[in-house]
Amino acid sequence: MRRVVITGAGTVNPLGQTVSETLDALAVGRVAIGPLDLADARLSTRIGAAVRGFDPSDRLSARQMAVADRFSQFALIAAAEAVAAAGPGALPPGAGVILGSAGGGLASSEAAYRAVFAEGAARVHPFTLPRLMANAATSLVSMAHGLRGPSFTLSTACAASNHAIGLAFQMVRSGAAPAMLAGGSEAMLTFGGLKVWEGLRVLSDTGCRPFSADRDGLVMGEGAGVFVLEERDRALARGAPILAEVAGFGMSADAGDIVAPDPEGAAAAIRAALADAGLAPGAVGYINAHGTGTLLNDRSESAAIRAVFGEDAAAIPVSSTKGLHGHLIGAAGAVELLAVILALGQGVIAPSGAGHVRDPDCGLDIVAGRARQASVRAALSNAFAFGGLNAVLALRAA
Amino acid sequence: MTTEADVIAILARQSGVCADRIGPATEVAALGLDSLGLVETVFALEERFGVSIPFNANTDPGDRDFDLRTVAGIVAGLEALKARPAAA
Repeated sequence: MRRVVITGAGTVNPLGQTVSETLDALAVGRVAIGPLDLADARLSTRIGAAVRGFDPSDRLSARQMAVADRFSQFALIAAAEAVAAAGPGALPPGAGVILGSAGGGLASSEAAYRAVFAEGAARVHPFTLPRLMANAATSLVSMAHGLRGPSFTLSTACAASNHAIGLAFQMVRSGAAPAMLAGGSEAMLTFGGLKVWEGLRVLSDTGCRPFSADRDGLVMGEGAGVFVLEERDRALARGAPILAEVAGFGMSADAGDIVAPDPEGAAAAIRAALADAGLAPGAVGYINAHGTGTLLNDRSESAAIRAVFGEDAAAIPVSSTKGLHGHLIGAAGAVELLAVILALGQGVIAPSGAGHVRDPDCGLDIVAGRARQASVRAALSNAFAFGGLNAVLALRAA
Repeated sequence: MTTEADVIAILARQSGVCADRIGPATEVAALGLDSLGLVETVFALEERFGVSIPFNANTDPGDRDFDLRTVAGIVAGLEALKARPAAA
Protein backbone atom coordinates (compact mmCIF):
# COMPACT_ATOMS: atom_id res chain seq x y z
CA MET A 1 0.00 0.00 0.00
CA ARG A 2 1.20 3.54 -0.75
CA ARG A 3 2.55 5.56 2.14
CA VAL A 4 1.51 9.18 2.52
CA VAL A 5 3.67 12.03 3.79
CA ILE A 6 3.25 15.71 4.51
CA THR A 7 5.65 17.77 2.42
CA GLY A 8 4.33 21.27 2.96
CA ALA A 9 2.45 23.26 5.57
CA GLY A 10 0.93 26.70 5.71
CA THR A 11 -1.09 28.59 8.27
CA VAL A 12 -2.66 31.80 9.45
CA ASN A 13 -3.73 31.59 13.08
CA PRO A 14 -3.72 33.63 16.30
CA LEU A 15 -0.18 32.45 17.15
CA GLY A 16 1.37 33.44 13.83
CA GLN A 17 0.88 34.07 10.14
CA THR A 18 3.48 31.54 8.99
CA VAL A 19 4.37 28.00 10.07
CA SER A 20 7.71 29.08 11.56
CA GLU A 21 6.08 31.83 13.65
CA THR A 22 3.49 29.32 14.83
CA LEU A 23 5.99 26.61 15.74
CA ASP A 24 8.06 29.17 17.68
CA ALA A 25 4.95 30.31 19.59
CA LEU A 26 3.88 26.71 20.32
CA ALA A 27 7.35 25.85 21.59
CA VAL A 28 7.35 28.68 24.12
CA GLY A 29 3.67 28.25 24.99
CA ARG A 30 2.66 31.75 24.02
CA VAL A 31 -1.01 32.48 24.74
CA ALA A 32 -2.73 34.39 21.93
CA ILE A 33 -6.06 34.80 23.73
CA GLY A 34 -6.95 38.38 24.62
CA PRO A 35 -9.61 41.08 24.55
CA LEU A 36 -11.71 41.17 21.37
CA ASP A 37 -11.98 44.36 19.34
CA LEU A 38 -15.60 43.54 18.52
CA ALA A 39 -17.50 45.83 20.86
CA ASP A 40 -21.25 45.44 21.20
CA ALA A 41 -23.25 45.88 24.37
CA ARG A 42 -25.29 42.80 23.47
CA LEU A 43 -22.19 40.56 23.47
CA SER A 44 -21.14 39.24 26.84
CA THR A 45 -18.08 37.57 25.26
CA ARG A 46 -15.08 39.80 25.74
CA ILE A 47 -12.16 37.51 24.90
CA GLY A 48 -11.09 35.50 21.90
CA ALA A 49 -8.10 34.47 19.84
CA ALA A 50 -8.13 36.73 16.79
CA VAL A 51 -5.64 36.85 13.95
CA ARG A 52 -4.31 40.33 14.66
CA GLY A 53 -2.87 42.58 11.97
CA PHE A 54 -4.05 40.34 9.13
CA ASP A 55 -3.57 42.24 5.86
CA PRO A 56 -3.42 39.91 2.86
CA SER A 57 -3.64 42.72 0.28
CA ASP A 58 0.03 42.35 -0.64
CA ARG A 59 -0.34 38.60 -1.19
CA LEU A 60 -3.75 38.33 -2.84
CA SER A 61 -4.86 39.87 -6.13
CA ALA A 62 -7.49 42.59 -6.22
CA ARG A 63 -9.89 40.04 -7.72
CA GLN A 64 -9.22 37.53 -4.92
CA MET A 65 -9.66 40.25 -2.30
CA ALA A 66 -13.01 41.21 -3.82
CA VAL A 67 -14.52 37.72 -3.85
CA ALA A 68 -12.89 36.15 -0.79
CA ASP A 69 -14.47 36.30 2.66
CA ARG A 70 -12.01 36.37 5.57
CA PHE A 71 -12.20 32.55 5.90
CA SER A 72 -11.23 32.16 2.24
CA GLN A 73 -8.43 34.70 2.58
CA PHE A 74 -7.00 32.67 5.45
CA ALA A 75 -7.16 29.52 3.30
CA LEU A 76 -5.53 31.18 0.27
CA ILE A 77 -2.60 32.50 2.32
CA ALA A 78 -2.11 29.18 4.15
CA ALA A 79 -2.32 27.17 0.92
CA ALA A 80 0.24 29.39 -0.82
CA GLU A 81 2.71 28.86 2.03
CA ALA A 82 2.15 25.08 1.98
CA VAL A 83 2.60 24.80 -1.80
CA ALA A 84 5.76 26.93 -1.74
CA ALA A 85 7.22 24.87 1.10
CA ALA A 86 6.52 21.58 -0.68
CA GLY A 87 8.56 22.72 -3.67
CA PRO A 88 8.13 22.38 -7.43
CA GLY A 89 6.16 19.42 -8.69
CA ALA A 90 4.37 18.71 -5.42
CA LEU A 91 0.92 18.91 -6.98
CA PRO A 92 0.88 17.13 -10.35
CA PRO A 93 -2.16 16.81 -12.63
CA GLY A 94 -4.88 14.94 -10.75
CA ALA A 95 -4.16 16.65 -7.44
CA GLY A 96 -7.10 18.26 -5.66
CA VAL A 97 -8.02 20.06 -2.48
CA ILE A 98 -10.27 19.22 0.47
CA LEU A 99 -10.89 21.87 3.10
CA GLY A 100 -13.08 21.88 6.18
CA SER A 101 -15.13 24.78 7.50
CA ALA A 102 -18.02 24.94 9.92
CA GLY A 103 -19.34 28.42 9.18
CA GLY A 104 -18.17 29.37 5.71
CA GLY A 105 -18.31 33.09 4.95
CA LEU A 106 -20.10 34.18 8.11
CA ALA A 107 -19.00 37.82 7.96
CA SER A 108 -20.35 38.06 4.42
CA SER A 109 -23.67 36.44 5.39
CA GLU A 110 -24.06 38.74 8.35
CA ALA A 111 -23.24 41.87 6.36
CA ALA A 112 -25.89 40.97 3.80
CA TYR A 113 -28.56 40.09 6.39
CA ARG A 114 -27.82 43.32 8.26
CA ALA A 115 -28.22 45.32 5.05
CA VAL A 116 -31.55 43.84 3.97
CA PHE A 117 -33.22 43.09 7.31
CA ALA A 118 -31.90 45.75 9.70
CA GLU A 119 -31.11 48.59 7.35
CA GLY A 120 -33.83 48.04 4.77
CA ALA A 121 -31.47 47.83 1.81
CA ALA A 122 -33.06 46.88 -1.49
CA ARG A 123 -30.10 44.85 -2.73
CA VAL A 124 -26.96 43.11 -1.55
CA HIS A 125 -23.48 43.17 -3.04
CA PRO A 126 -23.34 40.95 -6.14
CA PHE A 127 -20.46 38.90 -4.70
CA THR A 128 -22.37 38.01 -1.53
CA LEU A 129 -23.13 34.46 -2.66
CA PRO A 130 -19.63 33.53 -3.89
CA ARG A 131 -18.20 35.05 -0.69
CA LEU A 132 -20.45 33.20 1.76
CA MET A 133 -20.67 29.75 0.18
CA ALA A 134 -18.93 27.14 2.30
CA ASN A 135 -17.00 25.77 -0.68
CA ALA A 136 -15.57 29.19 -1.59
CA ALA A 137 -12.23 28.60 0.12
CA THR A 138 -11.77 25.24 -1.61
CA SER A 139 -12.70 26.67 -5.00
CA LEU A 140 -10.43 29.71 -4.67
CA VAL A 141 -7.50 27.52 -3.59
CA SER A 142 -8.06 25.15 -6.52
CA MET A 143 -8.10 28.14 -8.87
CA ALA A 144 -4.96 29.67 -7.35
CA HIS A 145 -2.94 26.49 -7.82
CA GLY A 146 -4.57 24.98 -10.91
CA LEU A 147 -5.80 21.92 -9.01
CA ARG A 148 -8.23 20.01 -11.23
CA GLY A 149 -8.47 16.78 -9.25
CA PRO A 150 -11.07 15.77 -6.64
CA SER A 151 -11.95 18.88 -4.66
CA PHE A 152 -14.68 19.65 -2.15
CA THR A 153 -15.49 21.23 1.19
CA LEU A 154 -16.71 19.24 4.14
CA SER A 155 -18.43 20.58 7.17
CA THR A 156 -18.27 18.56 10.36
CA ALA A 157 -17.97 21.41 12.86
CA CYS A 158 -14.93 21.01 15.09
CA ALA A 159 -13.77 17.84 13.32
CA ALA A 160 -13.88 19.28 9.79
CA SER A 161 -10.12 19.70 9.36
CA ASN A 162 -9.34 16.21 10.56
CA HIS A 163 -12.00 14.75 8.30
CA ALA A 164 -10.53 16.75 5.38
CA ILE A 165 -6.94 15.67 6.06
CA GLY A 166 -8.04 12.09 6.72
CA LEU A 167 -9.98 11.84 3.45
CA ALA A 168 -7.10 13.38 1.49
CA PHE A 169 -4.81 10.80 3.12
CA GLN A 170 -7.12 7.98 2.06
CA MET A 171 -7.29 9.31 -1.51
CA VAL A 172 -3.50 9.49 -1.88
CA ARG A 173 -3.05 6.10 -0.22
CA SER A 174 -5.63 4.48 -2.52
CA GLY A 175 -4.21 6.09 -5.65
CA ALA A 176 -7.32 8.18 -6.30
CA ALA A 177 -5.06 11.23 -6.40
CA PRO A 178 -1.26 11.57 -6.61
CA ALA A 179 -1.22 14.40 -4.06
CA MET A 180 -3.74 16.57 -2.25
CA LEU A 181 -3.98 19.87 -0.44
CA ALA A 182 -5.99 19.48 2.76
CA GLY A 183 -6.85 21.37 5.91
CA GLY A 184 -9.44 23.84 7.07
CA SER A 185 -10.29 27.47 7.62
CA GLU A 186 -12.66 29.38 9.87
CA ALA A 187 -13.51 33.02 10.57
CA MET A 188 -16.27 32.85 13.16
CA LEU A 189 -15.26 35.79 15.36
CA THR A 190 -18.24 37.76 14.13
CA PHE A 191 -21.19 39.11 16.10
CA GLY A 192 -23.43 36.21 15.06
CA GLY A 193 -20.67 33.63 15.31
CA LEU A 194 -19.93 34.62 18.88
CA LYS A 195 -23.62 35.01 19.75
CA VAL A 196 -24.54 31.43 18.90
CA TRP A 197 -21.71 30.06 21.05
CA GLU A 198 -22.68 32.42 23.85
CA GLY A 199 -26.17 30.98 23.65
CA LEU A 200 -24.88 27.52 24.45
CA ARG A 201 -23.23 28.87 27.63
CA VAL A 202 -19.93 27.15 26.99
CA LEU A 203 -17.63 30.14 26.45
CA SER A 204 -15.09 31.15 29.07
CA ASP A 205 -14.64 34.71 30.26
CA THR A 206 -11.25 33.96 31.76
CA GLY A 207 -9.24 31.88 29.24
CA CYS A 208 -9.04 28.33 27.94
CA ARG A 209 -7.47 25.79 30.33
CA PRO A 210 -7.96 22.32 28.83
CA PHE A 211 -8.09 19.46 31.35
CA SER A 212 -7.34 21.85 34.23
CA ALA A 213 -9.58 21.52 37.28
CA ASP A 214 -10.26 25.28 37.12
CA ARG A 215 -11.34 25.30 33.45
CA ASP A 216 -14.55 27.11 32.68
CA GLY A 217 -15.09 26.79 28.97
CA LEU A 218 -13.76 27.32 25.50
CA VAL A 219 -12.43 30.44 23.81
CA MET A 220 -13.09 30.97 20.12
CA GLY A 221 -10.31 31.50 17.64
CA GLU A 222 -9.97 31.84 13.86
CA GLY A 223 -7.52 30.98 11.14
CA ALA A 224 -6.49 28.26 8.70
CA GLY A 225 -4.06 25.41 8.26
CA VAL A 226 -3.33 23.71 4.92
CA PHE A 227 -1.02 20.79 4.14
CA VAL A 228 0.42 19.10 1.06
CA LEU A 229 -0.08 15.34 1.26
CA GLU A 230 1.68 13.19 -1.29
CA GLU A 231 2.83 9.66 -1.91
CA ARG A 232 6.04 8.98 0.00
CA ASP A 233 8.01 7.44 -2.90
CA ARG A 234 7.18 10.39 -5.10
CA ALA A 235 8.19 12.85 -2.38
CA LEU A 236 11.49 11.03 -1.85
CA ALA A 237 12.19 10.92 -5.59
CA ARG A 238 11.85 14.66 -5.95
CA GLY A 239 13.84 15.36 -2.78
CA ALA A 240 10.95 17.03 -1.00
CA PRO A 241 11.12 17.95 2.68
CA ILE A 242 9.09 15.43 4.73
CA LEU A 243 7.47 16.89 7.82
CA ALA A 244 5.71 13.73 8.99
CA GLU A 245 3.97 10.61 7.71
CA VAL A 246 0.21 10.33 7.90
CA ALA A 247 -0.05 6.75 9.08
CA GLY A 248 -3.72 6.21 9.77
CA PHE A 249 -7.17 7.73 10.10
CA GLY A 250 -10.15 6.72 12.21
CA MET A 251 -13.72 8.00 12.14
CA SER A 252 -16.85 7.29 14.13
CA ALA A 253 -20.21 8.77 15.08
CA ASP A 254 -21.62 8.80 18.62
CA ALA A 255 -25.23 8.50 17.40
CA GLY A 256 -26.06 9.94 20.80
CA ASP A 257 -26.54 13.60 21.65
CA ILE A 258 -26.38 16.73 19.46
CA VAL A 259 -23.89 18.41 21.82
CA ALA A 260 -22.87 16.08 24.66
CA PRO A 261 -19.96 13.83 23.66
CA ASP A 262 -19.88 10.06 24.23
CA PRO A 263 -16.56 8.54 25.36
CA GLU A 264 -17.44 5.34 23.49
CA GLY A 265 -17.64 7.17 20.16
CA ALA A 266 -14.36 8.97 20.75
CA ALA A 267 -12.65 5.75 21.83
CA ALA A 268 -13.91 3.98 18.69
CA ALA A 269 -12.31 6.65 16.47
CA ILE A 270 -9.00 6.45 18.38
CA ARG A 271 -8.96 2.65 18.09
CA ALA A 272 -9.77 2.87 14.38
CA ALA A 273 -6.89 5.30 13.78
CA LEU A 274 -4.44 3.04 15.63
CA ALA A 275 -5.60 -0.02 13.72
CA ASP A 276 -5.47 1.78 10.38
CA ALA A 277 -1.90 2.91 11.12
CA GLY A 278 -0.85 -0.50 12.41
CA LEU A 279 0.28 1.21 15.60
CA ALA A 280 0.35 -0.53 18.95
CA PRO A 281 -1.09 1.71 21.69
CA GLY A 282 2.27 1.60 23.46
CA ALA A 283 3.96 3.22 20.46
CA VAL A 284 2.06 6.49 20.86
CA GLY A 285 4.35 9.14 22.34
CA TYR A 286 2.02 12.14 22.24
CA ILE A 287 -1.69 12.82 21.97
CA ASN A 288 -2.82 16.20 20.72
CA ALA A 289 -6.20 16.22 22.40
CA HIS A 290 -9.39 17.87 21.22
CA GLY A 291 -9.34 19.44 24.71
CA THR A 292 -11.78 22.32 24.36
CA GLY A 293 -11.68 23.30 28.02
CA THR A 294 -15.36 22.47 28.54
CA LEU A 295 -16.45 20.24 31.38
CA LEU A 296 -18.15 17.78 29.04
CA ASN A 297 -15.41 17.42 26.43
CA ASP A 298 -12.47 17.11 28.75
CA ARG A 299 -14.04 14.48 30.97
CA SER A 300 -15.38 12.49 28.02
CA GLU A 301 -12.10 12.67 26.09
CA SER A 302 -10.10 11.64 29.17
CA ALA A 303 -12.39 8.67 29.64
CA ALA A 304 -11.95 7.72 25.99
CA ILE A 305 -8.14 7.88 26.21
CA ARG A 306 -8.18 5.81 29.39
CA ALA A 307 -10.51 3.29 27.76
CA VAL A 308 -8.18 2.80 24.79
CA PHE A 309 -4.81 2.90 26.55
CA GLY A 310 -5.76 1.41 29.90
CA GLU A 311 -3.14 1.74 32.63
CA ASP A 312 -0.65 3.13 30.09
CA ALA A 313 -2.85 6.22 29.55
CA ALA A 314 -1.27 8.09 32.44
CA ALA A 315 2.19 7.66 30.85
CA ILE A 316 1.36 9.32 27.52
CA PRO A 317 1.97 13.08 27.29
CA VAL A 318 -1.25 14.84 26.30
CA SER A 319 -1.80 18.49 25.46
CA SER A 320 -4.47 20.60 23.84
CA THR A 321 -2.99 23.72 22.31
CA LYS A 322 -6.43 25.34 22.30
CA GLY A 323 -5.25 26.94 25.53
CA LEU A 324 -2.82 28.93 23.37
CA HIS A 325 -4.65 29.63 20.10
CA GLY A 326 -8.27 29.12 21.09
CA HIS A 327 -10.76 26.86 19.35
CA LEU A 328 -10.48 27.30 15.60
CA ILE A 329 -13.63 25.19 15.04
CA GLY A 330 -13.43 23.98 11.42
CA ALA A 331 -9.72 24.85 11.30
CA ALA A 332 -8.87 23.34 14.68
CA GLY A 333 -7.42 20.00 13.57
CA ALA A 334 -5.33 21.63 10.84
CA VAL A 335 -3.62 24.15 13.11
CA GLU A 336 -3.23 21.53 15.84
CA LEU A 337 -1.49 19.25 13.35
CA LEU A 338 1.35 21.77 13.51
CA ALA A 339 1.78 20.92 17.20
CA VAL A 340 2.00 17.24 16.21
CA ILE A 341 4.60 18.06 13.54
CA LEU A 342 6.56 20.03 16.17
CA ALA A 343 6.53 17.02 18.50
CA LEU A 344 7.50 14.50 15.79
CA GLY A 345 10.04 16.70 14.05
CA GLN A 346 11.69 18.58 16.89
CA GLY A 347 10.85 16.54 19.98
CA VAL A 348 8.97 19.45 21.53
CA ILE A 349 5.51 18.92 23.02
CA ALA A 350 3.64 22.22 23.10
CA PRO A 351 1.84 22.99 26.34
CA SER A 352 -1.94 23.20 26.83
CA GLY A 353 -1.81 26.67 28.25
CA ALA A 354 -0.22 28.85 30.84
CA GLY A 355 -1.46 27.30 34.06
CA HIS A 356 -2.77 23.93 35.08
CA VAL A 357 -4.51 22.51 38.11
CA ARG A 358 -4.58 18.72 38.10
CA ASP A 359 -8.09 17.33 37.67
CA PRO A 360 -8.45 13.87 39.22
CA ASP A 361 -11.48 13.30 36.96
CA CYS A 362 -9.18 13.41 33.93
CA GLY A 363 -6.21 11.42 35.19
CA LEU A 364 -3.87 12.11 32.27
CA ASP A 365 -0.29 13.38 31.93
CA ILE A 366 -1.17 16.89 30.77
CA VAL A 367 1.68 18.97 29.39
CA ALA A 368 0.98 22.54 30.51
CA GLY A 369 2.77 25.70 31.50
CA ARG A 370 5.86 25.07 29.41
CA ALA A 371 6.80 22.78 26.54
CA ARG A 372 8.30 19.38 27.24
CA GLN A 373 11.21 17.74 25.43
CA ALA A 374 10.46 14.17 24.40
CA SER A 375 11.40 11.78 21.63
CA VAL A 376 8.10 11.18 19.87
CA ARG A 377 7.99 8.61 17.07
CA ALA A 378 4.20 8.39 16.71
CA ALA A 379 1.33 10.64 17.75
CA LEU A 380 -2.44 11.04 17.56
CA SER A 381 -4.50 14.14 16.89
CA ASN A 382 -8.09 14.04 18.13
CA ALA A 383 -11.09 16.01 16.89
CA PHE A 384 -14.60 15.45 18.22
CA ALA A 385 -17.40 17.56 16.75
CA PHE A 386 -20.71 18.73 18.11
CA GLY A 387 -23.16 16.26 16.73
CA GLY A 388 -20.92 13.39 17.80
CA LEU A 389 -18.76 13.12 14.68
CA ASN A 390 -15.24 12.00 15.54
CA ALA A 391 -12.04 12.05 13.47
CA VAL A 392 -8.61 10.96 14.69
CA LEU A 393 -5.34 11.16 12.74
CA ALA A 394 -2.35 8.94 13.48
CA LEU A 395 1.08 10.23 12.46
CA ARG A 396 4.64 8.94 12.46
CA ALA A 397 7.91 10.81 12.44
CA ALA A 398 9.40 11.22 8.97
CA MET B 1 -48.70 34.40 38.37
CA THR B 2 -46.04 34.53 41.03
CA THR B 3 -42.33 34.16 40.18
CA GLU B 4 -42.41 30.73 41.78
CA ALA B 5 -45.36 29.58 39.72
CA ASP B 6 -43.70 30.82 36.53
CA VAL B 7 -40.45 29.05 37.39
CA ILE B 8 -42.33 25.82 38.11
CA ALA B 9 -44.24 26.13 34.84
CA ILE B 10 -41.00 26.55 32.88
CA LEU B 11 -39.32 23.63 34.66
CA ALA B 12 -42.38 21.46 34.08
CA ARG B 13 -42.42 22.27 30.37
CA GLN B 14 -38.68 21.58 29.99
CA SER B 15 -38.60 18.38 32.02
CA GLY B 16 -41.95 16.84 31.27
CA VAL B 17 -42.55 16.47 35.02
CA CYS B 18 -46.07 17.48 36.07
CA ALA B 19 -46.11 21.01 37.61
CA ASP B 20 -48.03 19.90 40.72
CA ARG B 21 -45.16 17.56 41.56
CA ILE B 22 -42.67 20.48 41.61
CA GLY B 23 -42.35 22.69 44.72
CA PRO B 24 -39.91 25.18 46.24
CA ALA B 25 -37.66 22.44 47.62
CA THR B 26 -37.57 20.41 44.41
CA GLU B 27 -34.03 19.80 43.21
CA VAL B 28 -33.52 20.65 39.56
CA ALA B 29 -31.12 17.71 39.18
CA ALA B 30 -33.97 15.38 40.13
CA LEU B 31 -36.08 16.53 37.18
CA GLY B 32 -33.88 14.67 34.70
CA LEU B 33 -32.85 17.64 32.58
CA ASP B 34 -29.75 17.00 30.46
CA SER B 35 -27.12 19.70 29.85
CA LEU B 36 -28.96 21.07 26.83
CA GLY B 37 -32.24 21.04 28.77
CA LEU B 38 -30.67 23.11 31.53
CA VAL B 39 -29.29 25.64 29.04
CA GLU B 40 -32.73 25.93 27.43
CA THR B 41 -34.34 26.35 30.86
CA VAL B 42 -32.00 29.25 31.66
CA PHE B 43 -32.88 30.82 28.30
CA ALA B 44 -36.62 30.43 29.01
CA LEU B 45 -36.21 32.05 32.43
CA GLU B 46 -34.28 34.97 30.91
CA GLU B 47 -36.91 35.49 28.24
CA ARG B 48 -39.78 35.28 30.74
CA PHE B 49 -38.29 37.66 33.31
CA GLY B 50 -36.23 39.95 31.07
CA VAL B 51 -32.99 39.36 32.94
CA SER B 52 -29.52 38.00 32.13
CA ILE B 53 -28.70 35.03 34.33
CA PRO B 54 -25.00 34.46 35.01
CA PHE B 55 -24.61 30.84 33.98
CA ASN B 56 -21.73 28.87 32.53
CA ALA B 57 -22.39 25.22 31.72
CA ASN B 58 -18.78 24.37 32.59
CA THR B 59 -18.96 25.14 36.29
CA ASP B 60 -20.41 22.84 38.91
CA PRO B 61 -23.91 23.77 40.15
CA GLY B 62 -22.64 24.62 43.64
CA ASP B 63 -20.01 27.05 42.29
CA ARG B 64 -22.35 29.14 40.23
CA ASP B 65 -23.15 32.80 40.81
CA PHE B 66 -26.82 31.96 40.32
CA ASP B 67 -28.18 29.06 42.36
CA LEU B 68 -29.88 26.71 39.92
CA ARG B 69 -30.03 23.75 42.27
CA THR B 70 -33.56 24.21 43.61
CA VAL B 71 -36.76 26.01 42.68
CA ALA B 72 -36.39 28.23 45.75
CA GLY B 73 -32.82 29.09 44.73
CA ILE B 74 -33.94 30.06 41.23
CA VAL B 75 -36.77 32.21 42.60
CA ALA B 76 -34.43 33.99 45.03
CA GLY B 77 -31.89 34.55 42.25
CA LEU B 78 -34.52 35.98 39.92
CA GLU B 79 -35.89 38.31 42.62
CA ALA B 80 -32.35 39.60 43.24
CA LEU B 81 -31.75 40.17 39.52
CA LYS B 82 -35.12 41.92 39.08
CA ALA B 83 -34.28 44.27 41.98
CA ARG B 84 -31.17 45.46 40.09
CA PRO B 85 -31.20 48.12 37.36
CA ALA B 86 -32.15 46.55 34.02
CA ALA B 87 -29.29 44.80 32.26
CA ALA B 88 -29.07 44.00 28.57
